Amino acid sequence: MIKKRIATIIKSIKQAFLNVRQFIAKYWEIISQWWFKNISPFFKKIKYALTHNFLLRIEHQKMILFSFIKIRLTRRRLHALYGFIFIFIWLVGLAIFTLYPMAYSLYLSFQEAYYNLQQGVVTTNIGFQNYINIARSSILLPLFADYIGRMVISVPLIIVFSIIISVLVNNPIKMKGIWRTIFFLPVIISTGPVLNELMAQEATSLPSLQSSAVFNYLTNSLSSWIADPLTNILNSMLMILWYAGIPILVFLAGLQKVDPALYEAASIDGASAWDRFWKITLPSIKPLISVNVVYIVVSMSLYVDAGGILDLARLHMLVGASDSSIWFGYGYAAAMAWVYFILMVIIMTIFASIFAGRKER
Amino acid sequence: MRKKFDVYEFKTRMKRFLFGMKFMDGFIYKLVIYLLLVSFSYIYLYPILYMLVNSFKTVDDLINPGIRWVPTAIEWENYSRAFQVLEFPQSIFDTTWYVLKVSAAATISSCIIGYGFARFKFPGKKILFGLMLATFILPSQVTMVANMIIYKRLDIMSSEWTMLLPAMTGQGLNAAIFILIFYQFYKTIPTILMESAEVDGASQFRVFRTIALPLALPSFLIVFLFSFVWYWNETFVTALYVGNAVTLPLKLQVFRASYELLFPPGTAGSELNEAIMMAGNMVTILPLLVLYFVAQRYFTESIDRTGITGE
Repeated sequence: MIKKRIATIIKSIKQAFLNVRQFIAKYWEIISQWWFKNISPFFKKIKYALTHNFLLRIEHQKMILFSFIKIRLTRRRLHALYGFIFIFIWLVGLAIFTLYPMAYSLYLSFQEAYYNLQQGVVTTNIGFQNYINIARSSILLPLFADYIGRMVISVPLIIVFSIIISVLVNNPIKMKGIWRTIFFLPVIISTGPVLNELMAQEATSLPSLQSSAVFNYLTNSLSSWIADPLTNILNSMLMILWYAGIPILVFLAGLQKVDPALYEAASIDGASAWDRFWKITLPSIKPLISVNVVYIVVSMSLYVDAGGILDLARLHMLVGASDSSIWFGYGYAAAMAWVYFILMVIIMTIFASIFAGRKER
Repeated sequence: MRKKFDVYEFKTRMKRFLFGMKFMDGFIYKLVIYLLLVSFSYIYLYPILYMLVNSFKTVDDLINPGIRWVPTAIEWENYSRAFQVLEFPQSIFDTTWYVLKVSAAATISSCIIGYGFARFKFPGKKILFGLMLATFILPSQVTMVANMIIYKRLDIMSSEWTMLLPAMTGQGLNAAIFILIFYQFYKTIPTILMESAEVDGASQFRVFRTIALPLALPSFLIVFLFSFVWYWNETFVTALYVGNAVTLPLKLQVFRASYELLFPPGTAGSELNEAIMMAGNMVTILPLLVLYFVAQRYFTESIDRTGITGE
């Protein structure tokens, strides 16, 4: 009874979506016809005016600039031109919002920079002082060490976990979609404040792990510099595993491309399931590991926890003023961000090269 | 006459049932797999379940260590307070409208840029494409100092344009992934389609509009959904550029402060407890959950679309 009702509900929802789609399709046609009748001629006139003037004239296969530079328009040249037209908007954005800010913040990281209402940004060159300050800082250094430790432990953990899950889901089991849905769910809801609150309430440690004997033994017997990061990681274990959402799907997509005939041939030759996993499954998803490493490192590094490095960088930038002695302003913030970024890239390349292993020829 | 119970046959049957023809299709194997999956997904979903259950608990239930999964009574008061603190009906519309705008901008720009990369050959394309992918690993914290100054110059600081402009130019949040999705999709369209249109006299823009765009509808949906979710969840950059309490997650970030404004400490029954916090969390992620369960297929299909599994 209930099943029937749910089925009808789902059916009606599907119908509604179908209606919307048809509506859009219909609408699209009407718009395109209207466009073709009324707007296109107008554009054609503009185009004609643009391509038949003194500066630029296009005649058949020739483009004439300033009436004397003649360029033959080959198909290849035209394609290159169109390519640049299509990515033009991206090139502009890259220059304004990525390359220039990168260069500028690199420049600022060698400066002492403050924001001044009258003069804008005031900078004085201080060489490597910002970086030296970071290396001396008693707040930042432990944070960086923590960050590295966290990455070193959790990246392999996530990779192994996601391989296990994807191999499990790839078995011929029922309700594949549901398992996928479950393991992808964290990607949707993992927003900073929610994660912070869950961490604060200790909902992210493995259930019943905290009272286990192993946990107590670890915290009591190890020296604090190992035990502290370890307990930290164990306490936020679930949050770390939540980063596996996309890697699981990546591995799954890779596994589904493996030819089943390969497994069959191996099993006829007498390979056990264990052998098949190590000799077929793992090598076939090996190239995907480095992609996943990049994704995991980036997404983990971009998580901003209160009092973390990224949060501190923001604080230095916002609070930094020429009259405050504690904060070192824009330059210091930029240096921090750069050190963080470089560390991130180093970790990424090390992990990717470890997991990718030797290249077979 | 009843058939005699044959021990041998029973044995072989049980064996067949438990271990199957080659173990992989036996009952035990399946059982182990299901058990593992169920336990892993319990671990995985534990925080969400915790959040859901705790959001309904009364104060007594919270303190009582004997009550873990089933509250004695469902407390709707938590939710009504969370709604009040998060200014509910208004804030959800505001957030949705803002995120819709930004993710529409990101989708449209990446569909154009992806076409440029996928369809045409031009000098320096490989370098530019590599640069495009490399922008994915660049944290926004590296560029934030300079970006702040740029936005101040443009006089768009603390307005939505600070998010819209990068999104429009394909530099927004995770824009590299979106462009990659479109790129891979356009690569799968046979070039013969477009070339024949070209021969028939269609300009490149017309080919793009009438052939590539309508075919790319599923990619549109995927990119749009993802950018919606990611922009919804983004808090660092949004807080920095747009303002401190524009989206629901940002309102959640200052939940404690705004709670104390609404229910000043000292009055009876006004203490902020974990249950109310959890209710706030649930409210914040609820729109995304609904979206996820409606469009679940598109989310989980997305990975195949990026084509990173190699062609």
